[in-house]
Amino acid sequence: MANVPENLHYSKDHEWVRVEGDIAVIGITDYAQNSLGDVVYVELPKIGDDFSANEPFGSVESVKAVSEMFTPVSGSVAEINESLTDEPEKVNSDPYGEGWMIRLRMSNAGEVDSLLTAAEYEDFTKAESE
Amino acid sequence: MTAPAPELKKTALNAAHRRLGGRMVEFGGWDMPVQYTAGTVEEHLRTRTHAGLFDVSHMGEIEVHGSDAITFVNYITSNDASTLTDGQAQYTALTTPAGTVVDDLLVYRFAADHLLLVVNAGTTDKDWAWITSHRRDEDVELSNVSDKYCQIAVQGPDGSSILQQLTSTDLTTIKYYYFTEGEVDGVAAIISRTGYTGEDGFEVYAAPEHAERLWNRLLETGNFGSPNGVLPCGLAARNTLRLEAAMALYGHEIDENTTLLEANLGWICKLGKGDFIGRDALAKQKEDGIKRRLVGFEMVDRGIARDGQEVWVNGEKVGKVTSGSPAPYLKKNIGMAYLPVAMAVEGQKIEIDVRGKRIAAQVVKTPFYKRDR
Repeated sequence: MANVPENLHYSKDHEWVRVEGDIAVIGITDYAQNSLGDVVYVELPKIGDDFSANEPFGSVESVKAVSEMFTPVSGSVAEINESLTDEPEKVNSDPYGEGWMIRLRMSNAGEVDSLLTAAEYEDFTKAESE
Repeated sequence: MTAPAPELKKTALNAAHRRLGGRMVEFGGWDMPVQYTAGTVEEHLRTRTHAGLFDVSHMGEIEVHGSDAITFVNYITSNDASTLTDGQAQYTALTTPAGTVVDDLLVYRFAADHLLLVVNAGTTDKDWAWITSHRRDEDVELSNVSDKYCQIAVQGPDGSSILQQLTSTDLTTIKYYYFTEGEVDGVAAIISRTGYTGEDGFEVYAAPEHAERLWNRLLETGNFGSPNGVLPCGLAARNTLRLEAAMALYGHEIDENTTLLEANLGWICKLGKGDFIGRDALAKQKEDGIKRRLVGFEMVDRGIARDGQEVWVNGEKVGKVTSGSPAPYLKKNIGMAYLPVAMAVEGQKIEIDVRGKRIAAQVVKTPFYKRDR
């Protein structure tokens, strides 16, 4: 069963958001990394890039497939996880920790409220895998 | 992930795959494991360094009996089946009148009047229709025996020693692209020294009711679960292994729009053997010269090419990627594509359109990977 930490917010595109002040830390969920398989390549935006909610901000690739990642909330990129260039496998081994993708300075923190809770996301993935 | 549609065909090992944590996907109308819990990269590497076990029971088998078996097969295929001896296998193709490819296949010769054709899963029905409709007045009896065989491939440097523990047949006597009828773990089997990974290995054909037992015995004998033991491998590893070895995949490198000569398969076009479907077209194309050729490339800049992406040179679209993927053993991103012959040369700089961005790549020698013999 996929790990779904309680304290995070989730999107239906399988990203998670951890709020730290006005920063949203964003990554892909355990369910997403498990579905993808071995991650071999991660493409991230540049610092300073602006995104509206639900815009593609990068991609994550396994041997077999490419998956686009979408911003769950609006904002500008404050930091990217550069270590994923050389160690993309962190997305598999620690999706909620060292496998984080970007830190976004939120322009509308209220958007977080429209994301799924852990329980809602868990139900969503169950429905999807049936 | 969605549950398999009810009409998908299942091999005799379907339940075994699920128990092993296989992630099941649709492939050529079959419900097949794309990978198991170890993951594609590990499955690929283990096959290169030790051994991998593959369920290839979805492949189709067509039997040809009769005094004209060789004459008939020689007429519908491009390689020369008349050179085969009993116990020998041959890679060949069913060709259209245009010299393009209906399917690629193996021909096994059991006797002068008994051949077995092993064809791709997704094309079995098409091949059957093609073969039966191109029979003239030859004395042959054709039967689609796909349901009578399971096929398990044991591939990799340890494959031979694993299989040897389960059979009294001396495997060292079976040369590459030869086979024998024997027993594996007491079960009647065809043991063939063939494969689709670029490694040494065997493909074992047996009655499907024995599939699960053979599969489990091979896993057990190969020390599945230990760090250097055999691993069950899914379709994704099968694909990356064959791509590193630059072997064609039907529907990607070859299809009814590509000729054998364009696909670098001139070596299975025996134009001098006598008439066969597509011979005249291939002879003419050989004389006139081909306009495009299949090449291998590797990415120079960061990025992974994928099937169907466009290839660009000097601001012009010049071709399409037939297969593109990370190569787990080579630790490069590689692919194959058709290019105009003038550009189909080692070192040619190309660009791959990866979702709107043109990423630098270059043509390289194939196979990308060749095992030490």
